[in-house]
Amino acid sequence: MTPPILTVRDLVVTFGTREGVLTAVNGVSFDLYLGEVLGLVGESGSGKSVTGLAILGLIDPPGQIARGSITLDGAELIGKPEEELRALRGKRLAMIFQDPMTTLNPVLRIDTQMIEAIQAHERVSGKAARERARQALARVGIPSPEERLDAYPHQFSGGMRQRVAIAIALLHRPAVLVADEPTTALDVTIQAQILAEVQSLAAETGTAMLWITHDLSVIAGFADRIAVMYAGRIVETGSVVDVLETPIHPYTAGLIGSVPSRNKRGVPLAQIPGMTPSLAKLPPGCPFSPRCPRATVTCRTTMPAETPFAGARMARCHHPLTGEPLAA
Amino acid sequence: MSAPIIELDGVSKRFVKPLDAAEKVANLFGAGLAEKMVHAVDAVSLTIAEGEVVGLVGESGCGKSTLGRIVAGILEPSAGAVSYKSRRTETLASAERRAAQLAVQMIFQDPMASLNPRRRVVEIIGEAPVVHGLVPASDMDAYVCEMMGRVGLDPGARRRYPHQFSGGQRARIGIARALAVKPQVLVCDESTAALDVSIQAQVLNLFMKLREEFRLTYLFVSHDLGVVQHISDRVAVMYLGRIVELSPTDEIFRAPNHPYTQALLDEVPRLEAKKKRFSALKGEIPSPLHPPSGCHFHPRCPFAFERCPVERPVLKEIAPGRFSACHLNDGPQPRPGKVFSDGEAVAA
Repeated sequence: MTPPILTVRDLVVTFGTREGVLTAVNGVSFDLYLGEVLGLVGESGSGKSVTGLAILGLIDPPGQIARGSITLDGAELIGKPEEELRALRGKRLAMIFQDPMTTLNPVLRIDTQMIEAIQAHERVSGKAARERARQALARVGIPSPEERLDAYPHQFSGGMRQRVAIAIALLHRPAVLVADEPTTALDVTIQAQILAEVQSLAAETGTAMLWITHDLSVIAGFADRIAVMYAGRIVETGSVVDVLETPIHPYTAGLIGSVPSRNKRGVPLAQIPGMTPSLAKLPPGCPFSPRCPRATVTCRTTMPAETPFAGARMARCHHPLTGEPLAA
Repeated sequence: MSAPIIELDGVSKRFVKPLDAAEKVANLFGAGLAEKMVHAVDAVSLTIAEGEVVGLVGESGCGKSTLGRIVAGILEPSAGAVSYKSRRTETLASAERRAAQLAVQMIFQDPMASLNPRRRVVEIIGEAPVVHGLVPASDMDAYVCEMMGRVGLDPGARRRYPHQFSGGQRARIGIARALAVKPQVLVCDESTAALDVSIQAQVLNLFMKLREEFRLTYLFVSHDLGVVQHISDRVAVMYLGRIVELSPTDEIFRAPNHPYTQALLDEVPRLEAKKKRFSALKGEIPSPLHPPSGCHFHPRCPFAFERCPVERPVLKEIAPGRFSACHLNDGPQPRPGKVFSDGEAVAA
C-alpha cells in the first residue's frame, strides 16, 4: 500500500481563555491517502474545524498546537518556519471555507486575486496566469468566465462565490484539500452542483480531501471513509458503509438516528439526550458517558483508548455496539 | 379531513423599492428608471386543515418565509385574503381579530435574534399572556414554570438571560414563548436550521409531542427536505413566489410530479452509504426582480416546450389530493417522470 499523503498523529490544540486552558482537539490521529475523501463529522464545538485549521498551520493565538505531529509527503509541518508553510499553502495544501466571502477579498477583482494566487507559487507571465485563471473558472462551471474574471466578489451569488473559492483552491492541483463545511450555507440544488464539480475535479487531479461537515448525509454519498469527532476526540473511524450501517460507537448511532430522512415519518427520532458538553467542564472518563445509554461505572472513570476493530475500523468505546475489538 | 383553520386565497406580496432622490432627478432628464418590485409571493392559495402539519419547502428567495409571515399576520398581503376558521381576518372586529392573531404564533430561525437579550426568560415567556389577559399577573411565575416544563426547560433557570442558554435551549425558549399565548397554529420558520443534528432531533420530537398535547396545527417552513418529510402530513413546494406542487408527504417523496420537485428531491443527500454521482440541476434560481415569463421554472426545466415560456401553469389537481402546476400534465405525450423506490430513481 502506498504511504499516506498526510498523517496526523496525537494532535493536541489548546486555547487559553479566561476559563482556563481549553483543549479543543485532544489526541487526534488519522491518515489521508492520495485520491481519498475522508469525511470528518461532528457537531459544533467537537474540534473538527480546528483540526482542519491546524493542518494548514492556521491556528492563531490564543490557540496553539500543544503536541503532536502532522506530516505531508513525510515532512513534518508543525514547527516549520512561516515562509516554508506559506510556500506550501495554496500549492500542496489548500482549504475552502464555509463562507467564501471570508476568503475572497471584497475590494479586488476576481482576476487580480487569481493571478496573485498563481504567481505566488510559479513564475509565469500575467497573461499566462490570466489564461489559467480563466480555464480554472470554466472548470468549476462558471458561465462566461472571461467576463466574470473582471467582476468583484459581491457581484457573484453565494454558489458562484464558492465555485470561485474552489477554483482558487485547486489552481495548483494541491495534494490535500481541507474543505470546512463549504456547502452548508448553500441551497440543496447548488450544493449538489458544487459536490458534483468537486467530485470530478478531485478525481481529475488526484487530490485527497478532508471534508469537514456536521451533515452525515452530505458525506454519505461522497466520502470513502468517515471519522466521527466528539468533544475533541475521534471516537470512530471506518469506511462509509461500515460506519453508517453498523456503527460501533453509541454516539455515531445516535447521530444517525437523529437524521430525520432516515427515520419513519411520525415516529419520534431516536434523540441523544442532553447537550454536547462544554470543553471547560468535560465530564471525567468518556466525555459521551453522561448522554450514553450504555454507560457504566467504567465509562465515567476511564477514558476509552483507541481500539482497532475488524475491517480497518477504530473506535473509542468500552461497550461497542457491534464487533469485537481486535487484540492489540 | 377536518375543517380548514387557515385559508389563503390568491395571496400576493409585493415589495417595492421606491426611487431615491438621485433616481427621481435622473427621471426628470428622461432616464426612465422604474421602481424595483419583487413579487415575493405570487397569488398563492393554500388551505391548512385543523391539526395538520403542512411543510413548505423551497430554495432561498422563493418566498417561503414571506408566506409564513403572512400566515402569522406579521405581514399584510398586497392582494388576496387570509381566512382564519373560514372568516377573513381583515373583516374581523378588533377583539376577534386580536384573538385570531394570538391563535397563530411564529417560531423563528435564530432564537438569539428573536429573544430580547436584556430581558429575563420569565419576562420573555410571561409578558404576552399577562398583557393579553390570559393569565393574571400574580400567576405569571407559576404559568411560566409550567410552560418551561412543557418544552423541557428547567423552570429553575427562569431568572436567567437568553445568552446564558445553549442554542437548543434558546430554541425551546422561543417555542415556550409562542405556546404561552395558547395558539392553535404555529408557523415555524426554519426553526431547527441552526441546530446540531442531535439537538434538532430533540426539538423535532418536542414539536411532535406538543402537537399531540395541544392539538396544534403547524406550517413548517424549511429548506431541509429531510426535516419536512419527517414532520409533515402534506408538503407544498415553492419556486419564485408560487406553489408548484402540493401533495401528501408520502406521495410527493415517492413520485414527485413537477420537474422542479423531481430535481429537488434528486439532489437531497441521503444517508445511504452509496457512492453517488451528484447530477446537477442546471443554473441557479433566477432573480425574483426579473422572473422568467410563463412558468418560472422553464429556463432550468429539462422538459420545457413551447407553451412553458408563454403561459403560466395553474395549480390543478392531478390525482385526489395532489396538485401540480405544470403544463406537461395536460399534454397528450406521456409524462417524463420519476418514481423513487428504495432511494433509486428509475424512469417511470
